[in-house]
Amino acid sequence: MADETLDASGLNCPLPILKTKKALSKMDAGKILDVISTDAGSVKDIEAFCNQTGNKLMSTVEDGGKYVFTIEKV
Amino acid sequence: MSDNNKMTIIATKGTFDWAFPPFIIASTGVAMDKEVTIFFTFYGLNLLLKDTSKLKVTPLGNPGMPMKMPFGPKWLQAIDFGPKIPNVLWNIPFADTLVTFLMKKTMAKHGVAKLEELRSMCQEFDVKFIACEMTVELFGYDKSDFIDGVEFAGAATYFEEASTGNHHLYM
Repeated sequence: MADETLDASGLNCPLPILKTKKALSKMDAGKILDVISTDAGSVKDIEAFCNQTGNKLMSTVEDGGKYVFTIEKV
Repeated sequence: MSDNNKMTIIATKGTFDWAFPPFIIASTGVAMDKEVTIFFTFYGLNLLLKDTSKLKVTPLGNPGMPMKMPFGPKWLQAIDFGPKIPNVLWNIPFADTLVTFLMKKTMAKHGVAKLEELRSMCQEFDVKFIACEMTVELFGYDKSDFIDGVEFAGAATYFEEASTGNHHLYM
């Protein structure tokens, strides 16, 4: 169960990443963030973001054009 | 943060369309743990103005720009008017205003951030904005024309900023 949820639906690149960064910066290490996005580009981008920043992408779930990324803050 | 994480951008374009790439790359760079500086020079200074309403996109001599209607029936939205309209016609008064209005509508429809939103996001993320002092004077700007938080300096300062890191872009 996520500690925080960020709804970035309807937003386009780079806003989902920027808002994810902002949301994570307010959270403590080990906490879980769910990011909801409708931007197909964010599938690769969230993965790249997590690889680069060291945050852990726990899962990516797609449901009818809606993506839910579960990220654990390092 | 290691020196290698430094990134610089030289922003030289002052039209509405070209205002986006520097702010998009800079804000995303910070999100990706880079420390970013943008050096604004020549027409790029427009991007730092308090009043960004003078930033326009022009179809004149801009053959790469697709021109599709952001509203109306689907068949109409599918037409790219760019290659269909003789370029010389864009000399009509207010063409830039009209096309800029349509581009803003298209961006809003696609959930693209507003220019001011991206710019303030950059500032919130501590992207360093440096305005080229020489071109500020050359074009007769007053420092009060620009948003708060801008530093004024010259090319040597850019080099100092760019002396570390391996990611330096010219836009």
